[in-house]
Amino acid sequence: MNELAIKDLLYKLADDQLILGHRNSEWTGFGPILEEDIAFSSMAQDKIGHSLAFYTLLQDLGEADPDTVAFTRNANQFHNSQLVELPNGEYDFSLIRHFLYDNAEIIRFEMLSQSSYEPIAKVATKLKGEVKYHVLHANTWIKNLGSSTEEAILRLQSSLTEAIPYALSMFEPSKFEQELIESSVYAGEEAVKAEWLKRIQAVIEKTDLKLPDLHTIEPKFGGRHGEHTEHLQPLLDEMAEVFKIDPTAEW
Amino acid sequence: MELTKENILTLLEEVKDPEIPVLSLVDLGVITVVTISDEGHVTVNMTPTFAGCPAMDYMKKDVERTLDKYGITNHTVIMSFDQPWDSNKLSEKGRQHLKEFGLAPPPKYDLILDLDILEHVKCPYCDSENTDLRTPFGSTLCRSMHYCNDCRQMFEQFKPL
Repeated sequence: MNELAIKDLLYKLADDQLILGHRNSEWTGFGPILEEDIAFSSMAQDKIGHSLAFYTLLQDLGEADPDTVAFTRNANQFHNSQLVELPNGEYDFSLIRHFLYDNAEIIRFEMLSQSSYEPIAKVATKLKGEVKYHVLHANTWIKNLGSSTEEAILRLQSSLTEAIPYALSMFEPSKFEQELIESSVYAGEEAVKAEWLKRIQAVIEKTDLKLPDLHTIEPKFGGRHGEHTEHLQPLLDEMAEVFKIDPTAEW
Repeated sequence: MELTKENILTLLEEVKDPEIPVLSLVDLGVITVVTISDEGHVTVNMTPTFAGCPAMDYMKKDVERTLDKYGITNHTVIMSFDQPWDSNKLSEKGRQHLKEFGLAPPPKYDLILDLDILEHVKCPYCDSENTDLRTPFGSTLCRSMHYCNDCRQMFEQFKPL
């Protein structure tokens, strides 16, 4: 098995979860209602836990320990899609991103739970149960708000249109794509994307929202190989601020 | 005390979930395998309830402390996903303790968990099923919040996973 291909896959899974976990944590204390404050904070905690599980698998393959990997790399060394690094914006944007992201993440985990690479399969089997709650949360709110007041629908529609090119970038194929598919490690981005479209459409159809015509949209590729928006580095600086004061401190 | 798997599990009954102090780690189902080598080395395998649970590291240390306390110093405690946790692993005794603590125990399910079961969770105070899910997230990662329309109280459930 090509170890580089596995590492590339693990990095993108871990980095997506870490960065969105951090963004979700920025809602702590600012949620529009208490339940949402708790929901985004809980999802933050889950996602950072998920990134730890994947960074631990990377450590088993010879990479540095999870804290070093999480806190000492620069933006151009991160493999997350650009979708997760975008600022939270208002609640409507965070909700739309959460909906688009978690519906894809659960499919990744479902597929990876069948992976021929056993360590990933075990972790994915565990995590898919947790992400189920994130998907339930996102879909419930999109269904409720997406067919409620004119303002809610307008706001969600505008956020959906803004987020879609970034959401499509989640499915940027890696250079190891064919290899991962042939060795049954991972079903590949095209397979995830096809299933994702079905699932998000099924939810959107129950609302007054419209999915933009995806054929006319240029995905914001680049994140998977270290090309990021200007928003990632400030996020990393803030996330690592305390760690960098004393990297050897015992917590 | 003879070093047997059963005896080790009995000792570990003492170690409780720090956030639900009535529930032992054994009843919680996070102690997955206990092995004792011919040389007397004890290995305890544990698995997290939720991957991001901040109490897991504490629980691991608590297991180590408890083994030490009983003079079992030749030990290794490993945290892994080899046998991933799900809420069906909670013992009957554990479920009873949760209910007494005021936390609705997770319903058991067959193979695939359908989250629709969250809609009418049995109230731990009055046993009514006339309840609503308020939010699938709660005060800790493993809890959801519900409202009982009969005894008119909020309650929490240990989430099915």
